[in-house]
Amino acid sequence: MFVGAGQGNVLLGILIGAALMAGLAWLYINVLDNERVARWMTILGLAAIGFFFAGITGLIVGLLAGWFFAFFIFWLYEGRYRQKLLPYMTAGQVFWHYAFRVICGAIFVFLITPILVVLPLSFNAQDFFTFTPEMLRLDPEGYSLKHYRDFFTNNEWQRSFKNSLIIAPIATFISVTLGTLAAIGLSQSHVPGRRAIMGILISPMIVPLIISATGMFFFYSDIGRFLEGTLGMNKNFVGYVKVVLAHAVLGIPFVIITVTATLVGFDQSLTRAAANMGAGPVRTFFKIQMPLILPGVISGGLFAFITSFDEVVVVLFVGSASQKTLPWQMFTGLREQISPTILAVATILVVISIALLTTVELLRRRSERLRGLSPA
Amino acid sequence: MTDATQSGPMLAADGTPLKKSLARSLRRRKLRALALIAPLLLFVLLSFVVPIVSMLFRSVENGIVAQTLPLTVVELQNWDAESGELPDEALYAAFTKDMIAAIEAKEHTKLGTRLNYEQTGMSSMFRKSGRKIKRLDPEADAPFKEKLIEIHDGWGDVDTWRVIKTHAVPITNGYFLNAVDMRRTPEGAQAQPEDKRILIKLFGRTLFMSLIITGSCILLAYPISYLLANLPMRVSNMLMILVLLPFWTSLLVRTSAWKVMLQQQGVINETLVWLGLVADDARLVIINNQFGTIIAMTHILLPFMILPMYSVMQTIPPYYTRAAKSMGATNWTTFWRIYFPQSIPGIGAGSILVFILAIGYYITPEIVGGTKGVFISNRIAYHISSSLNWGLAAALGTILLAVVLLLYWCYDKIVGIDNVKLG
Repeated sequence: MFVGAGQGNVLLGILIGAALMAGLAWLYINVLDNERVARWMTILGLAAIGFFFAGITGLIVGLLAGWFFAFFIFWLYEGRYRQKLLPYMTAGQVFWHYAFRVICGAIFVFLITPILVVLPLSFNAQDFFTFTPEMLRLDPEGYSLKHYRDFFTNNEWQRSFKNSLIIAPIATFISVTLGTLAAIGLSQSHVPGRRAIMGILISPMIVPLIISATGMFFFYSDIGRFLEGTLGMNKNFVGYVKVVLAHAVLGIPFVIITVTATLVGFDQSLTRAAANMGAGPVRTFFKIQMPLILPGVISGGLFAFITSFDEVVVVLFVGSASQKTLPWQMFTGLREQISPTILAVATILVVISIALLTTVELLRRRSERLRGLSPA
Repeated sequence: MTDATQSGPMLAADGTPLKKSLARSLRRRKLRALALIAPLLLFVLLSFVVPIVSMLFRSVENGIVAQTLPLTVVELQNWDAESGELPDEALYAAFTKDMIAAIEAKEHTKLGTRLNYEQTGMSSMFRKSGRKIKRLDPEADAPFKEKLIEIHDGWGDVDTWRVIKTHAVPITNGYFLNAVDMRRTPEGAQAQPEDKRILIKLFGRTLFMSLIITGSCILLAYPISYLLANLPMRVSNMLMILVLLPFWTSLLVRTSAWKVMLQQQGVINETLVWLGLVADDARLVIINNQFGTIIAMTHILLPFMILPMYSVMQTIPPYYTRAAKSMGATNWTTFWRIYFPQSIPGIGAGSILVFILAIGYYITPEIVGGTKGVFISNRIAYHISSSLNWGLAAALGTILLAVVLLLYWCYDKIVGIDNVKLG
């Protein structure tokens, strides 16, 4: 099929490929009776053809294609596609079942490809944003770590990375402390105006970032002028304060949502039991409530952290050049001077997000387990 | 049972009536809950709600003319703009006095910039005349009418004074009129000239593209959520990672990935050329236009559609469809009459969420949208950082905020804010 497509005529290529496959299938089924031999023949045969045409890359593609076609021929012929399905399904239903799977597979590919494409490209030895012929030949010459080296030695990148590492944890700390307290307050019964309060606290998540940024731009420049002019604070320090406060507000809805969700399953009689045995409210909180809701608090904190760590619009408007964060640097990089160092940074960020995702997922399971144990 | 024998109200241990005692403890609990919420509420109010409200004020606030030219504004009250005649000498004298004071404080160029939004050429007129008016003496050089007209023709033009008079009010709807491609004129609100009408088109495009993005998210998310909801738990948890990974990945990473993929020399074009599907000189133009924005934003917002749909579809009991089939319904009827209506809440929740997020997007359109694929938010950012027309930016932001709040209200009615879930 690829051969035909490569010559510039797709339809013809597909027809020839299909005819070849049909011939192969007939051969296997009627002449060769041994499935295993047939499989290996296809795999090795296609791999050899691939290697002949396109080197190591062709070998790999050929191996995969051979495996797939061999599997496909026998899958069709022996009717294995019916094995796992209900025996009374019609042919149309069976076909639809697999067509649906293929469609879903394509959508999953759409979801994940952009992220996967970035990873190998960040090891590009050239300053291009695309795969070079050396890379496609899997030639070690085509790969290098130079973009990573650039990231770790370039002052601009290092400073912005450091800024991100300063701003995000402080903002997270503020939103987690205040957010957890408020979530505990909100989860108690008889809070007057609960819906209105919840609406206000969630609003930073709902209001489009550009509007928050516009509002904050006007407001924080006034505040900044006041702090610098009237109180005589350091300009740099005031800049950080502004960005940290803005980011803390943006993280709050996430903390509120996750912690309230955890508190729904919290058994209030536990705190009453603790109070009954003579523990004060503070002690009850730290010894009884906190350990039980900790998973929710941590995952809320991670959400707040990623919000701040990933945020560009507000920091672009509120911050000044000395508060340049990593996303800001990436944004200017993408808009102006295009450098593949961005892809190296992107890869590092993907690794970080995989780590965060794993943590959140583990915490969620743990919290569900804890809730399952607590008396209903 | 002493209480039962008493004729009075029930008493608590300390002798107060039980009702009162309970009310007191309830009140104390309420206060404690409020005390826990208060710090955060104050924080959000101060650092988020106040900025937004101040932005709303800025969109109508227009004190600059009256502050810079206080005497002129008073004199302008006596001048009849409809007469078609130039104002009298008293106004010119007042204007000169105001200008000399303003030039001293270096305020006159700001006023020029402000009036330039309404009539092109005002900014340069104020700047140029400023240098010469500075040399005039408010007492000795009277009368001023001829002198000013000599300095710049503009001061002899009735329209100049009419513009100043129109915009001398402290609260104006001018920015809002500008935001919907109209302008404030002496004769009332009028449409902008043909070549300046871009904002309505931009609003329309923002809405249209957000709708397309929401639609394509629904199309792509529905099969995925159906599959995830109907597979065994173990498999669907594994596949869920493929949805959650993009959700957790940095927005900029995904945007830069799309930039890499969609470029003329990018991955998609290279692959198509290699396969022979596209000729080398006819590479697809899929970046820096609407298509680029739509495809990148669909990818970025897809998880926000899948997650609510999935959580709704999980709760649909499978025996309804089985019952329908056992009563002779075809596959299509079963889906359309039984399954689909039950999944509508998920579609509604996801669509509103995606639409709200899409309508205010800034980063992705800025990077992959070129000039044709930008949204209204890019215009707001332009007015904030480049053209410095902050009043117009605030007015545009206010309109956008109103649209989003309306949608938010719908979301609250359909789903409820309390039911927002993450991951």
